[in-house]
Amino acid sequence: MVSEPGVAAERAAHVELVRVSKRFGRARALDGVSLSVAHGSIHALVGENGAGKSTLGKIVAGEYIADEGELLLNGTPVSLHSPRAALEYGIATIAQEPSIVPHLSVAENVLLGAEPSGGGFVRRRALARSYDALAESVGFDLPGSLLAGRLRIAEQQQVEILRALSRDAQLIIMDEPSAALTGPDSAKLHRVIRQLADGGKTVLLISHFLREVLDLAAKVTVLRDGRLIATSDTSGATEASLVEAMLGRPLTAAFPRKQPPRADAPVVLSVRSLTAPGVVDASLDVRAGEVVGLAGLVGAGRTELARAIFGTSRATAGEAVHEGRRLGHSPRRSLRAGVAMIPESRTDEGLIMMRSVLENVSLARLGSLCRAGLVRRGAEREAAGRVLARCDVRGGGRAAAVRTLSGGNQQKVLFARTLLCEPSVVLADEPTRGVDVGAKRAIYDLLAALAGEGLGVLLISSELEEIIGLSHRVLVMRGGRIVAELTGDELTERAILTAAFADTQHVETVA
Amino acid sequence: MSRETGHDTHGQLAARAALSGWRRVDADRVRSLGILLPFIALFITLSVTSSAFLTKVNLLDILEQQSGTLIVAAAGTLVLVAGGLDLSVGAVYSLATVTSGHFAQSTPAWVAIVLGIGVGSLVGLANGLVVTVLRINALITTLAMSFVVGGIAALATGGNIITLFNKPGFGALTQTEFIGVKTSIWVMLIPVLGLALLLSRAKAGRYIYAVGGNARAARLAGVRVDATRTMTFVLSGTAAGLAGVIDTSRVLSASASTQDTNTLAFTVLAGIVVGGTSILGGDGAVWRTIVGILFIALIGNGYILLGLNVLYQQITLGVLLIVAVSLDVWTRRRRE
Repeated sequence: MVSEPGVAAERAAHVELVRVSKRFGRARALDGVSLSVAHGSIHALVGENGAGKSTLGKIVAGEYIADEGELLLNGTPVSLHSPRAALEYGIATIAQEPSIVPHLSVAENVLLGAEPSGGGFVRRRALARSYDALAESVGFDLPGSLLAGRLRIAEQQQVEILRALSRDAQLIIMDEPSAALTGPDSAKLHRVIRQLADGGKTVLLISHFLREVLDLAAKVTVLRDGRLIATSDTSGATEASLVEAMLGRPLTAAFPRKQPPRADAPVVLSVRSLTAPGVVDASLDVRAGEVVGLAGLVGAGRTELARAIFGTSRATAGEAVHEGRRLGHSPRRSLRAGVAMIPESRTDEGLIMMRSVLENVSLARLGSLCRAGLVRRGAEREAAGRVLARCDVRGGGRAAAVRTLSGGNQQKVLFARTLLCEPSVVLADEPTRGVDVGAKRAIYDLLAALAGEGLGVLLISSELEEIIGLSHRVLVMRGGRIVAELTGDELTERAILTAAFADTQHVETVA
Repeated sequence: MSRETGHDTHGQLAARAALSGWRRVDADRVRSLGILLPFIALFITLSVTSSAFLTKVNLLDILEQQSGTLIVAAAGTLVLVAGGLDLSVGAVYSLATVTSGHFAQSTPAWVAIVLGIGVGSLVGLANGLVVTVLRINALITTLAMSFVVGGIAALATGGNIITLFNKPGFGALTQTEFIGVKTSIWVMLIPVLGLALLLSRAKAGRYIYAVGGNARAARLAGVRVDATRTMTFVLSGTAAGLAGVIDTSRVLSASASTQDTNTLAFTVLAGIVVGGTSILGGDGAVWRTIVGILFIALIGNGYILLGLNVLYQQITLGVLLIVAVSLDVWTRRRRE
């Protein structure tokens, strides 16, 4: 609807990637991906979380350097060492969260660092003139004198786009630009993206929203596990066909057998109409011995729900109840009540990286390992040793700093800490992120074993096979709400993705 | 998408951890030896070059002069490890001096001692509450507090010196000899060893490391982050109060000297940092601080014994600080 393939084919492609690969440690983020983006087109990249979309975008943007392969701009090989170098070639990125200076005006933000000046002073009138000319050239109606901090996110994105254009950007990479936007704002953004393409700019659009992709882009590339699955015209694609293409990877790890919870198993965690930052009116039950999966896209409110239950963020309405006691006051009280959380990021919120394995494991249970305020080190070693052995932590000694361990073993240290608290409910947020296959299996076994012992587990994961392989029941979140509950035969990747990807605006009007 | 980026970063971290595991161990060892080796070298050098240095009188003199500083620095180490900073200790010291001096004139010695220390605890509590409840940066809070407290101390004395030469009971706190060592040193040793034990062995110490190392993680592990931080400020204020009382008792006079107000905070900070406790929190030890403070004291003592201009001491101290902080930053970078 935007590009004219016939015209673009005559010139060299604007950007061409040839067998590009990128590794992060042992993880292969991109594996021999080839891609060609035509001038003046909107080209979309889709794939599950972790499929390599962002990595690809960042290689084009100069943020990452490919390990292998070539990057061609207008048919000429280039090497981009930094975003600044990319900008010199006319490539700019618009981040999901715009970076603006809130106390400066729109025009000042757009021309930040390139202000027309004389004698060290900014020439304000010249600045206003160049801004107006620029905004008019792409058809944006955003007054330059507004304070940037007052703008909505969609408008801040416009500021970023204008900033890129003022540096003469020809290729604009947008990484999940609409993820943080509400309905009318994303419609506005869509208009902006179309205007850009109409004006001859090329847009590389990374998006989770398949509807958006189909509406805007001329071509769509599907990535899975760092590999290119297909590039096709959007005219021949449907949401269903894209989901199809994103699915179907072989199981990389087998899962332990699911033991169904006992029929009379009591409810150990009960959430009623909980509303908190990022969560709207969520209700759920977790029974003893049950693994309840919480699926959804990034930003759908899964982590926020877990945090509100655990008491890291404050609920504004509703409640979470565990054995008759209300939760959500503070992590400390939740832990005492028997609810533990494995946080999403072990480096930011989980471990004290400089301290020893031993200290990290015992931290949440120190109170019971002390006499007269002093840590009973024998008791501490004994207790920590027990849970560490159960979690199969390898590498280093107990005295080694946690940072020297591999990601998988660090995650197991977090599990060991959790076990030591002897909880009856565990909230596990992305427990296998950044973990190698072997450690993944160990963590799956642990989660299954915990459920087998009668704990209730709320499992958040962006890996569908993991959610399906471990959960007895899956709740799908979208836009802060729980929008679907799937059990038994309904529990398929397809059903989860369909619920998670369904057009947000559409569902809200229905509900 | 931020998720995906996070994924990558973890992968990178894990990979780098696996690759450079053993180089990091080296960096840690360098850091541990970083203060001990220079200290021992300086000690030996002074013993050889100056006949007056390695005598019981000189060494005990150093300890006695440093007794107040050592207490404040030991407590200050806890503040820094918890991720804070206390610049108000000099002013608190001054206020405690004036308070205990004032009350020693009219009340029993123990009352003056308790009040002097108590004033310090109160200011420490105020610091802690402002930092944790109002969420104001510790540097700004304690700097502002030092102006307030220093001002109060100066107002209270009206610029006069309180003399206590007729109050030997108050002097007995520090000037009595016990096993050939003055009680000022004993009175210093008890809190310093107590604080060392607290940081290295007690539950509270573990919490201090956790809070300074990763406050968010500590909170999720059920640690009362604000209470822990506040406690370190209370300990620091109390220590400054005790130091003020000890020095008042040693010299039996008290005045609100701006000199003390200004220098103590920085001497203490210098000692902690030279000792190798990280200014970024989460890492450090009381023994390091003790060695750091004594190292600085040895330099001063040495320059006097060797008849060098005292100003060289300042220059040396400045250079030392930069070296110590560079070493800290270098070892941290090695780890990441």
